[in-house]
Amino acid sequence: MWRDARLVAAKDLRIELRSRIALWQVLPVAVLSLFLYAFALGPGRAALAAAAPGLFWLAVLFSTVLAVQRSFAIESGEGTRDALRLSGIDPAGVFLGKVAAVALELAVLQVVVWAGMTVLFGVHVETPWLAVVASVLATVGLASAGVLYGALSAGLRVRETLLPLLVLPVLAPVLLAASRAWAGALQHGSVAAGTGWLRVLGPFAAAYLVVGILLYGPLLETG
Amino acid sequence: MSRPAGAGWSPRVLAIVGAGALVSVAATVWLGLWVTPPDRTQGNLVRLVYLHPPVAWVSLYLAFGLAALSSLLYLWKRTRSLFWDRLAAASVEVGVVFTALTLATGTLWGRPTWGVWWTWDARLTSTALLLVLFLGYLALRRVPADPEVRAKRCAVAALVAFVDVPIVHFSVVWWQTLHQGATVLNANLSPTIHGSMAWTLLLGFVAMTLLFVWMVALRYRIEVLSDRVGEEALEVTLAERWAEDDSPPPADAPSVPVPSGRPT
Repeated sequence: MWRDARLVAAKDLRIELRSRIALWQVLPVAVLSLFLYAFALGPGRAALAAAAPGLFWLAVLFSTVLAVQRSFAIESGEGTRDALRLSGIDPAGVFLGKVAAVALELAVLQVVVWAGMTVLFGVHVETPWLAVVASVLATVGLASAGVLYGALSAGLRVRETLLPLLVLPVLAPVLLAASRAWAGALQHGSVAAGTGWLRVLGPFAAAYLVVGILLYGPLLETG
Repeated sequence: MSRPAGAGWSPRVLAIVGAGALVSVAATVWLGLWVTPPDRTQGNLVRLVYLHPPVAWVSLYLAFGLAALSSLLYLWKRTRSLFWDRLAAASVEVGVVFTALTLATGTLWGRPTWGVWWTWDARLTSTALLLVLFLGYLALRRVPADPEVRAKRCAVAALVAFVDVPIVHFSVVWWQTLHQGATVLNANLSPTIHGSMAWTLLLGFVAMTLLFVWMVALRYRIEVLSDRVGEEALEVTLAERWAEDDSPPPADAPSVPVPSGRPT
């Protein structure tokens, strides 16, 4: 399973490195959203800094939808889905591999968006370990739930409109918990309150990893 | 024509359950609006208690619980049958109606008692998210696919959504207790309520449960029959196409383009 996961993750990331779609389309949209937030809330630094944790995770949330769509778009063309199924690779391995690839892309995206936010909104992290732990847990949760729904809607004609409807309400607790945890990690935040939210992010990530490992097999058969 | 097999309860049973549901709903309305006394603090607003908690019970526990259980039984190979798939679909569809009613009666109650239509209360927020989850399931169901494929896909979707429910609930409970303090007025189910009120509330639960059972059974039957009509229509169309191959249409007939390949 782990070997298969590594193979699938390497395949997805290699395609991304060569096509650069994620780099030149998904990432710019996430950075652009920082400007849109500033236009929506006004140029006052105080308002932007207060809203920064929520805005950061909103940007990541919507980028997750794009990244997941991209992750399954690269499999739609050449019959990759059937090939993967025929190759005898463990479905759980496929799931974990795709989750790893999407999570890695999201991690890179978060670094860039956070750098943009530091420059544009003037916020800084007071408790780095909390921000990093929250980020890692949230990213695994977003990627695993996202990949599950991506597989569910892959190959459907209505996938672009269906995926957000399916996945966004499921990801809502991650947005909530990650934003609160980050609010605790930024300046003036309460670290204790922020740490408590890890107890939402951890179980969410664990639950969707387990569900994905169990249900990805039946899901691949429906392609 | 005899009753088609596998279409669930016969029309007679459906009629009996339906009549029971309607009678108990009517009795709840009568008891709730005329017989029971108004509440000391809430006045006539308290009469919503006979409707709102029973509707919420049906949508949040019965409908979603039944949908999750049926989806699980469908995915489990030993019990796999389209029966569970259709039951899950019927249950979700009725559940959407009841969830929307829960939100509607809740906001109607909230406006006069809390002074606002909406508060970011944990139950309200998680019910609203649940409604969207339900709607997503129905949207997925409307995507045309082979029945087996659709059933499997929808069963996975239902279970994946089901995992989310406790997490959503826990996180919004925490969110609102951290940020707003408890605002929920929940004196409804206190054990000191008037005798006739307790009985009416109990009847309300029975009525809504019966209504749910009736609507799900009806919806299940419609699902089976519409599948059957679809299959028959396909067979008729196929037969027509085969007939076209055998005898070309007369020269004076209006030319209709005949699609090549199998009609699907």
